[in-house]
Amino acid sequence: MDPVFLSRLQFAVATMFHFLFVPLTLGLSIIIAWMETQYVRTGDKVYLQMTKFWGKLFLINFAVGVVTGITLEFQFGTNWSRYSEYVGDVFGSLLAIEASAAFFLESTFIGIWIFGWKKLSAKAHAIVMWLVAIAGNLSAVWILTANGFMQHPVGYTIRNGRAEMTDFFELLFNKFGILEILHVIPSACILGAFFVMGISAWHLLKKQHIDFFTRSFRIALVFGLVASLVTGFTGDLHGTHVAEVQPAKLAAMEAHWDTQTSAPLVMFAIPDEQAGKNIVEIGKIPGILSFLGYHDFNATVRGLNDFPADERPPVTITFAAFRTMVGLGTLFIILMVYGWFRRDKLMESPIFLKIMLFSIPLPYIAIETGWVLAEVGRQPWIVYGLMRTSDAASPIAGYQVMISLIAFIVIYALLGGVGYYLIAKNAIKGPVIEQH
Amino acid sequence: MILETIWFFLWGLLWAVFFMTDGFDFGVGTLYPFLGKSEDDKKAMINSIGPFWDGNEVWLITAGGVTFAAFPKVYAVMFSSLYTPLMLILFALILRGVAFEFRGQIEDAGWKRIWDICIFIGSFVPALLFGVAFANIFRGIPFDGQGVYHGNILMLLNPYGLLGGVLFLLLFMIHGANWLAMKTEGDLHTRVIALAEKIWLALVPVAVIFLVASAFATRLYDNYLAIPQFIVVILIAVAALLSIKFYLVKKAYFSAWCASAVTIVSCTFFGIIGLFPNLFPSLLDAKYNLTAFNDSSSPLTLKIMLGVVIVFIPLVIAYQIWTYNLFKGKLAKDEMEY
Ligand code: HDD
Ligand code: HEM
Ligand code: HEM
Repeated sequence: MDPVFLSRLQFAVATMFHFLFVPLTLGLSIIIAWMETQYVRTGDKVYLQMTKFWGKLFLINFAVGVVTGITLEFQFGTNWSRYSEYVGDVFGSLLAIEASAAFFLESTFIGIWIFGWKKLSAKAHAIVMWLVAIAGNLSAVWILTANGFMQHPVGYTIRNGRAEMTDFFELLFNKFGILEILHVIPSACILGAFFVMGISAWHLLKKQHIDFFTRSFRIALVFGLVASLVTGFTGDLHGTHVAEVQPAKLAAMEAHWDTQTSAPLVMFAIPDEQAGKNIVEIGKIPGILSFLGYHDFNATVRGLNDFPADERPPVTITFAAFRTMVGLGTLFIILMVYGWFRRDKLMESPIFLKIMLFSIPLPYIAIETGWVLAEVGRQPWIVYGLMRTSDAASPIAGYQVMISLIAFIVIYALLGGVGYYLIAKNAIKGPVIEQH
Repeated sequence: MILETIWFFLWGLLWAVFFMTDGFDFGVGTLYPFLGKSEDDKKAMINSIGPFWDGNEVWLITAGGVTFAAFPKVYAVMFSSLYTPLMLILFALILRGVAFEFRGQIEDAGWKRIWDICIFIGSFVPALLFGVAFANIFRGIPFDGQGVYHGNILMLLNPYGLLGGVLFLLLFMIHGANWLAMKTEGDLHTRVIALAEKIWLALVPVAVIFLVASAFATRLYDNYLAIPQFIVVILIAVAALLSIKFYLVKKAYFSAWCASAVTIVSCTFFGIIGLFPNLFPSLLDAKYNLTAFNDSSSPLTLKIMLGVVIVFIPLVIAYQIWTYNLFKGKLAKDEMEY
């Protein structure tokens, strides 16, 4: 039982599960804060009912997000102690700042939001929701800055046998981290928007609470439209930056084996990692890969065969993950633009509503595959070019990790099952509309 | 030197504040099955900590994060050596956190029973295990110069470790009982008071035994012998412990709660001062001890983090006090959201 492999698996399970819930927290909190603001501005009770209905779903989701985050914060010490010793001087500070500057704000104010309906004025209550939304997104900013350091380490030097910080601002303004922030937050907004639209579509298809859900749908549509355009745009920027600083990841996500100029884009391929080539290639478009990576049709793109075998990330997973994410991202833009033109005729568009209902899982898939691309594509490095994942694990016995991994899987499966069951139950029940 | 010393005490302070804040909600959760006879009792108990427990738990995340930032090697060796107990604590906290939210979602006795159990486990297990872990840290943990742990979980359950566990559990229980004394009324209130007095009677001998046992099982008293002025901390702990009873008798429940808060903080500091400059002593050989001086972060990181802490921690304390003030007194029935 190899503790490194088990720890990787455990971290993957724990983060992927955490990130099933976090994006909804990030995206939906903004949408709810917006709804509550509309209530304060117009005094229209429907907005209050919206705030309460979507808020209830939000809170169930939030609870699971919070509890699964705590295990992550400690896993750097429990499972990656060599890593923590080596880069703690740089990386630890970002986590500590996340807790003191963002988590406190969010967890304290969420308590006030839940219990404070009678204690606060409507306006103060809406401000509290904005604080919750801002704090949540702020915690994303810090954790992504930390992840940015792992992807592209800057602002440090090797001293006393470890990485020590030399420039805090270089660390904060790490381009990799900033691009992650600009890509992850809008992608979370897509997810929040699709969640609201999907559930609204269900009720609209049943022709119940039509006013309530048409309005919810339209608010989410605007968010979804803007967010899907921004996500696509920053994703492209992100791709060119990856090409620059992580050439092996770029080659893996494109299953590109041989270094060449004017490199083609392959729509679909089955890579053979042993042989160092693709067995099947479909839909080759010349020059496009050079263009996507470097915004120049003639640029040279390094192929995987140019990298030592022990510095290549797993190709098939990275390639498939990237294809899935981009395919879905394109679909989201199409759906949102189409929806924009149908926004006043939702009730006459049952097929569109049905599509939106069945689209609820898609942003989840896009977000998870995006992370798999980012994290698996970074292998074999835990800190790109600086430390290998295999050197990073704690000196603990494999059986310990095996037991905790099984516990994670069992508890999280139950938690996820119950969490989504409760969300679905409350979503189907619909809003409580007070009779006048 | 000075920077490291400041960080050593800040580190201790964050853990102490965590025990003080999350301590009372662990206490309430531990007392929950014993005091919660009817559904109304149970609702009163969980809603009394409803607005606070999540904010309190972040003190744990911050204490962990600050350990990581200021003393990375301690973070690494501490959490990997204490792998199994820490995982148990985390799983328990997971169950507790979702239980508050999930319990009220379905009106069914069996459903509620499941989450009642989770609330108890999620409060009892961390209270006990944090005590066991810290007592073992006071005593020393068997790890070598490479940070490799030589032992198993059962070795942590030595008599002194268990004594620490029981001490923490009782401290948190009295702290929780004092909180409930402030927040409940009627029959539940009467039962809370009666139980608080019993817990206190158990706590006093355990605390005395712990103080005496520390002289044999640990080297905590070395620092007190070197600088006797520090004995003040022990005197404060004892005075605070006695005043809990005094205020309970006077029915001054807020003061009683403050007294238990001071007891917890001064008990933690009793250990922290005794440890200095060790954060994580090795039981195998003192030369492996991780101290504030041989394993802190670089001066730059320590300075930046000091700036962060000086700005944000007072801010956090300010808005948390504001929250406590906003929800002071007893919650009305229609304000109980759990
Ligand atoms: C709704 C989700 C979603 C959608 C529609 C997209 N992405 Fe994405 N993508 C993510 C969600 C995401 C993510 C999960 O949030 C990632 C993982 C790491 C990160 O920073 O964001 C990510 C990473 C990620 C990376 C790798 C960054 C790294 O290696 O660290 C690239 C190159 C792109 N994206 C590019 C795109 C492009 C060109 C898209 C075109 C539409 C796109 N993404 C749509
Ligand atoms: C929440 C979204 C995230 C997801 C879904 C995710 C997913 C993954 C996956 C699948 C792995 C395993 C990769 C492999 O071993 O092949 C992994 C590893 C890891 N990730 Fe992430 N990750 C996320 C965010 C982060 C962030 C924000 C950080 C740091 C701040 C981080 C730190 C790590 C570490 C330390 C490992 C283990 C070492 C390694 O395998 O490189 N992850 N993650
Ligand atoms: C892209 C990756 C991540 C993002 C955007 C993110 C964001 C968030 C957000 C917004 C929350 C608030 C609660 C919730 O959403 O339900 C949260 C909770 C939490 N996350 Fe993550 N997270 C990420 C990955 C991680 C990782 C890798 C860690 C480990 C260091 C972590 C540690 C935590 C902790 C400790 C909590 C609980 C905070 C509380 O009690 O309020 N997160 N995360």
